[in-house]
Amino acid sequence: MTGPARGGGEVILQLERISLAFGGVKALTDISFDVREHEIRAIIGPNGAGKSSMLNVINGVYRPQEGTITFRGQVRRDMDSHEVAKNGIARTFQNIALFRGMSVLDNIMTGRNLKMKAGIFEQAIWFGRAKREELANRLKVEEVIDFLEIQHIRKTPVGRLPYGLQKRVELARALAAEPTLLLLDEPMAGMNVEEKQDMCRFILDVNEQYGTTIVLIEHDMGVVMDISDRVVVLDYGKKIGDGTPDEVRADKAVIAAYLGVAH
Amino acid sequence: MEPAQDTFPRLLMQHARVRPEHPATREKDLGIWQTWTWREVADEVRAIACGLAAHGFTRGMHLAIVGDNRPRLYWAMLAAQALGGVPVPMYQDAPAVDFVYVLNDAAIAYAIVEDQEQVDKLLESRPEVPTLAHIFYDDPRGLRHYEGLTAYDQLVADGRAFDRDHPGWYEAEVAKGSSDDVSVMLYTSGTTGRPKGVRASHAAFIAAAKGGCEFDHLDASDSVLSYLPMAWVGDHLFSVAQWLVAGFTINCPESGDTVMTDLREIGPTYYFAPPRVFENLLTQVTIRMEDAGALKRWLYRYFMGVARRCGAEILGGKPVPLAQRLHYAIGNALVYGPLRNVLGMSRIRVAYTAGAAIGPDLFRFYRSIGINLKQLYGQTETCAYACLQPDDDVKLDAVGIPAPGVELKIDAGGEVLVRGPMLLTEYYNRPDATAESIDAEGFFHTGDAGFLDDSGQLKIIDRAKDVGKLASGAMFAPNYIENKLKFFAHIKEAVAFGDGRDRVCAFVNIDMGSVGNWAERRGLAYSGYMDLAAKPEVYELVRDCVDKVNAELAHEGELAQSQVHRFLVLHKELDPDDDELTRTRKVRRRFVAEKYAVLIDAMYAGRDVQHIETLVRFEDGRSRMVAADIVIADAKTYPAVSGKAA
Repeated sequence: MTGPARGGGEVILQLERISLAFGGVKALTDISFDVREHEIRAIIGPNGAGKSSMLNVINGVYRPQEGTITFRGQVRRDMDSHEVAKNGIARTFQNIALFRGMSVLDNIMTGRNLKMKAGIFEQAIWFGRAKREELANRLKVEEVIDFLEIQHIRKTPVGRLPYGLQKRVELARALAAEPTLLLLDEPMAGMNVEEKQDMCRFILDVNEQYGTTIVLIEHDMGVVMDISDRVVVLDYGKKIGDGTPDEVRADKAVIAAYLGVAH
Repeated sequence: MEPAQDTFPRLLMQHARVRPEHPATREKDLGIWQTWTWREVADEVRAIACGLAAHGFTRGMHLAIVGDNRPRLYWAMLAAQALGGVPVPMYQDAPAVDFVYVLNDAAIAYAIVEDQEQVDKLLESRPEVPTLAHIFYDDPRGLRHYEGLTAYDQLVADGRAFDRDHPGWYEAEVAKGSSDDVSVMLYTSGTTGRPKGVRASHAAFIAAAKGGCEFDHLDASDSVLSYLPMAWVGDHLFSVAQWLVAGFTINCPESGDTVMTDLREIGPTYYFAPPRVFENLLTQVTIRMEDAGALKRWLYRYFMGVARRCGAEILGGKPVPLAQRLHYAIGNALVYGPLRNVLGMSRIRVAYTAGAAIGPDLFRFYRSIGINLKQLYGQTETCAYACLQPDDDVKLDAVGIPAPGVELKIDAGGEVLVRGPMLLTEYYNRPDATAESIDAEGFFHTGDAGFLDDSGQLKIIDRAKDVGKLASGAMFAPNYIENKLKFFAHIKEAVAFGDGRDRVCAFVNIDMGSVGNWAERRGLAYSGYMDLAAKPEVYELVRDCVDKVNAELAHEGELAQSQVHRFLVLHKELDPDDDELTRTRKVRRRFVAEKYAVLIDAMYAGRDVQHIETLVRFEDGRSRMVAADIVIADAKTYPAVSGKAA
């Protein structure tokens, strides 16, 4: 179970009374929860429960109509996505969003974009700062490649890779940005058992080795319960449960939402 | 006075003196080839050795080594030897249950392993291995919360401190070593029964390595890719013994999946691979050529035809008409050269294959495009060194002449016997087995049946104990038949039955890569191995191969009676995890016969379909019962053609 080293940290992200609607459709209603430093926090729920919307609110893609977000002590109505990235938040997407024609290496290099200071002119002629930066960034990227064990596909165009590996490349790109908070949108969707096991191990390793705080959305209950410190359960845009995996598993409302109730 | 260079640690010191800045080890790490010179390697080995000593390792102890080909693991072998200990490399892909036997047999107290995966397996075996006390690991990833382990960096740091406190101690330890000391213990693959620990002295491996280096003129300028299991005698000879004797450079790939890329980047000059690696490479080339444009396909087909006609002869220095030579030269510029480059074989001077029979098409393919591929013969017990093929007399169906220093004879029963400095000292804790395999005259009984051909090259027929008789009394050599079947790209594995029976039947495993590709091309949908293997179209494909083998066998005298009458395609791939193959991927004949007895009975009973349930173990450790109805097919047989004896 959760040791003091993990999950016991300070609250770094606090969401309070968040409501989000698209016209008449209420995606999220009055949701509050927090994320602590170094923990693995899962958001689960049936299809259409508002999980991805929640993630999009956190990294500034959607602007909630109500509620506040406090990130590292700063209170705001919504997050600005560029600033979010600068503040050390990175994410992956449910439907893989990589540059399919580009190699794995180049895709991961794009994750370093914000870390490059050299101007377009310097970069174009590969001179001075641009060269030093590229080398330093490449080293960081190679560390990520080593970490996720994807050396063998370094030069392969992403479009030619099987789905499970593409997911891993996406995680690599997010890691290349050296995030302190990592948002993973269904990192294990569509994977076979072995690929899921690998991905679980990588997520745990990232959390342990880099101390990265992780918020993940997942469908597969088993996976979530195994690797998360705390779990938020959404259903129809409302929060119906929040706690450790054991607490959530025992929660009547959660059981009803997932397994259905006898009528 | 210079001390004699008769142990590996002394050879290492010698290289550090003679060629301190020459690259000794390379490893691709973080996308870059990192290099260690002989001086640096010697320094690192010294630190590991002192570290081991600081942790209580003393003369005569065994050090288990488990992991992929990592420089630090190779160095750890030398460190153990420097202290008069014995490195025991183990197959890194074996499951924990297999570890237990070797760890206990060798009474392992110290182990150095690559990463978390291996640490986990050792910890899993530990309750059953009371001696195992010290575990060192190379890659710290994921091991932060483990207790009671020592990191490699810590080991080296402890070693340097120990070295400072005990000046001259390391030199004294190395000086204590004798060339008759056991330098390594390698476990046999255990095709039959439990693996045995083969103990070979420094003298034996140095003699084998020296003989090989002289035979093929290898020196410090050569370069090899070290990618085969460290526990295998071949890798030990090429990547350790010859490395230290010749002083060349070993290159460790980035990971198991990147070997082909790494091979291309390094361009080794000396290369070793079992036939299946050469086969995989050729399959990849063939598949990619089929996807190429029409012009390229035509060029490839045309010039490969030219190469087939005269390539091997040109390489072997045989007389070839000028017109053909010119033709070949054009082909070399347009096809063979670029192809060698893609394969990472542009710089190869000597390439060897051994361990299993190599198919005629396969062997000829590599030789015809100008790669000096040769065969060798040897066992774990002979340091993988008994016969080698000379550059000017390379044959497909023989394995070479006795290597320098090796005496070879065939006994009355047809078994191959060898004698020489490369023989094992003993089997560990098995005086009975040692006495059984080394006779009073000092000849080692290889267990292989073979004979010497007209030019003095050894021809191997089969394992002596596998050679049986059909009910008619005709010789039955299962390996011989299986190899013929396996030479087809579509067939990955085959097991022939027939000893004491009236006719021969066989199991077949199709090759997923090759048959899968074939199926895709004709729009044949399948969900996995089991589904594909049961397709009637695939049966036809296999039947075709079996028919061809039968047609060949019909010409081979006594073996004409060994034509395969019936066959079936197994519903699962034979797998070392299910104990059906050894770790070196040789069929465990008896085990397979017992496990699939119902299928064998069904074949001989003349049934057309047989139901079977088998336990399959998956890579993640789970296992499941798999049921299947397996079709048994008849093959076409041919009347024996007399005239040419087998």
